[in-house]
Amino acid sequence: MNEIIIFAVISLTAIGVLSAVVLYFVAQKFKIIEDPRIDLVSEMLPGANCGGCGLAGCRAFAEQLVKSNDLAELNCPVGGAEVMKEVAAILGMEVEEKEPLIAVVRCNGSRINAAQKVIYDGATSCAFAHALGSGESGCPTGCLGLGDCVASCNFDAIYISAETGLPVVSEENCVACGACVKACPRNIIELRKKGKKDRRIFVSCVNTEKGGPARKNCQVACIGCGKCVKVCPFDAITLVNNLAYIDYDKCKLCRKCAPVCPTGAILEINFPLKKEKPADAGTEVENPVTA
Amino acid sequence: MRTFTKGGIHPPEDKLSADKPIEVLPLPAKVIIPLSQSLGAPSKLAVEKGDVVKVGQLIAKGEAFISSNVHASVSGKVTKIEEVMDASGYRRPAVLIDVEGDEWQEDIDRSDEIKMTITASPEEIIRRIYEMGVVGLGGATFPSHVKLRLPEGKKAEYLLINGVECEPYLTADHRVMLERGEEVVTGIRLLMHALKVEKAFIGIENNKPDAIAHLKELCSDTAGIEVIALKVKYPQGGEKQLIKAVTGRETPSGKLPLEVGCVVQNVGTALAVYEAVQKNKPLIDRIVTVTGKKLERPSNLKVRIGTPINELIAYCGGLPADTGKVIGGGPMMGKALYSIDVPVVKGTSGVLIMPGAESKRMAALNCIRCGRCVTVCPMGLEPILLAQLSENLLLERAEKERIMDCIECGSCQYTCPAGRPLLDFIRMGKNKTGIMIRNRGKK
Ligand code: SF4
Ligand code: SF4
Ligand code: SF4
Ligand code: SF4
Repeated sequence: MNEIIIFAVISLTAIGVLSAVVLYFVAQKFKIIEDPRIDLVSEMLPGANCGGCGLAGCRAFAEQLVKSNDLAELNCPVGGAEVMKEVAAILGMEVEEKEPLIAVVRCNGSRINAAQKVIYDGATSCAFAHALGSGESGCPTGCLGLGDCVASCNFDAIYISAETGLPVVSEENCVACGACVKACPRNIIELRKKGKKDRRIFVSCVNTEKGGPARKNCQVACIGCGKCVKVCPFDAITLVNNLAYIDYDKCKLCRKCAPVCPTGAILEINFPLKKEKPADAGTEVENPVTA
Repeated sequence: MRTFTKGGIHPPEDKLSADKPIEVLPLPAKVIIPLSQSLGAPSKLAVEKGDVVKVGQLIAKGEAFISSNVHASVSGKVTKIEEVMDASGYRRPAVLIDVEGDEWQEDIDRSDEIKMTITASPEEIIRRIYEMGVVGLGGATFPSHVKLRLPEGKKAEYLLINGVECEPYLTADHRVMLERGEEVVTGIRLLMHALKVEKAFIGIENNKPDAIAHLKELCSDTAGIEVIALKVKYPQGGEKQLIKAVTGRETPSGKLPLEVGCVVQNVGTALAVYEAVQKNKPLIDRIVTVTGKKLERPSNLKVRIGTPINELIAYCGGLPADTGKVIGGGPMMGKALYSIDVPVVKGTSGVLIMPGAESKRMAALNCIRCGRCVTVCPMGLEPILLAQLSENLLLERAEKERIMDCIECGSCQYTCPAGRPLLDFIRMGKNKTGIMIRNRGKK
């Protein structure tokens, strides 16, 4: 009896030791050396896994960061400058501080500005409605209001206003991850610089039709008249395909353009009310989304 | 009686205009002729603003492999060439002509004589069909000459003529078979000659006994053409369903009918082929069913291409007060129009006016997993799965589940007791999957 137990113990121990030796050498041979900094950097990142950096998640971004020699092209929009600075410190590198961005909805075709002409009662999906037709107001480029952008946002930063039927971006919540930009089938949302004191000026329209047809569907469409281009002292505005676009790198927020726009397509956000009204203030159109 | 085996539905037929003879709509004051009227690449403009054109003159040339010619349907002056709203609300290039008189090109035979003798060679027939801008008039507007030019090494065995008209409400094909039967049969003989096939079948659903009897009589002395009565079931007019119903052959997934030796053409197309080859007449008009329960006079009209749809409606008694939507095509596969100012195009088989209450969709509820959509799908797909995959953009998986096989018949959405917008999502997914597959080929 005893012998059997002793025999079993000895043989099992021998097998164990042998396996341990084999495993040790195998482990040595196939060892993967992971840079310990990846874990460190990974911990710094917000862990939102939103994809705003352009990679498959925070871990993938951490790997990319550690691999790269230059951080200029890499940015975590959620963590912002602070996190990037800490990450750079771990990696012993410098980062330029990136100005924060925010999602901007470039359509002001609310029910008031762009009257409804047909009723859409198909699937609640902007992508489908876009493939099917031009939308309830008839504007072929305007917001469809079915909320693909809202569904794509991980940060509760965008919602459809019940009053206007247009998406509204929350200044506090939006981290400029860009998910909504990708989700919108009409390319309406753009990431723009947040601006000093959150002040921004942009053309709130993406319609490239000629003035007549554009205006027919929407009162506040850009008609491509070029008045803003002429008045801008900093050459920040370009006119392509009947549509004005303000380059936010060149724009100095001087506010000359908005008053000259005959349709009120240029929006000024978060500016204090002007003290003295310009001569043609009468043409200024009330914009429900600016509120 | 024969029919296809998988799935299918029986919507109410509502063929209000079945006994209304074809009337000729008076010439409109102006026409809007879109440049792209068939599947495939847009056609290239061949006139300029200010040109005076005659009926039948070429105004846009189809130069790509899959594209087709477009002709002036009226005589008069080209006033504008600009982007005009189409049925989907987007703007597309079109030629606008102000009508002056009714002057036809000299070489078009406008007599009433029916020319039964075939003199053209197969190549000539196909060339004529291309030159005269004939496209599939069932609704898909696939350029007909492309279907007739068989690829090297392939041989067609049967020609199938689609006289099914399985869409509710529509009666244009029915009237064509009754009133223009001899021309249709000659058109079929031309198509057989072009394809070098010995045998043609005309498939007609048995809710049109008069058309079946009439064509049977006409074909009694023509060898090789057989009329087949089919049991009523939607979507029997689908190519693959018709082939299954008539020949019993199953077209494999992702393959063309030619794979099983068949070529399918619509009866309206056969008539257009007859006119193109025997009368030298381009496709400048078509038969359109204008119908609706509240419409004063549902009718079958012969209409010049480019006539604004509001003129058709006005001729039939005007837009009823209770109108929910106006559909271009039939109720199952047609599309609601953005505006009734849009023109009749080669693919307009009908104009259907739906009353307000009938045109509202029910609010979509959650899927109750009843499986009815799966039962009715004539392609043997799982519509609920495809809709979910499309909604979540899982396109690779959708491709594996054969989303590209969907014929967009709408049977699933029609049947769903929860009112789920199944086909809406499938259409979107199909579109995106198609783009994905094409891009893959490019790499
Ligand atoms: S609003 Fe757009 S950019 Fe901002 S957090 Fe949401 S999805 Fe990202
Ligand atoms: S911005 Fe784009 S995604 Fe958002 S509701 Fe409008 S159309 Fe849809
Ligand atoms: S629409 Fe497509 S998925 Fe739905 S029943 Fe028809 S073939 Fe099947
Ligand atoms: S028919 Fe409608 S409720 Fe039934 S399984 Fe299909 S989607 Fe679900």
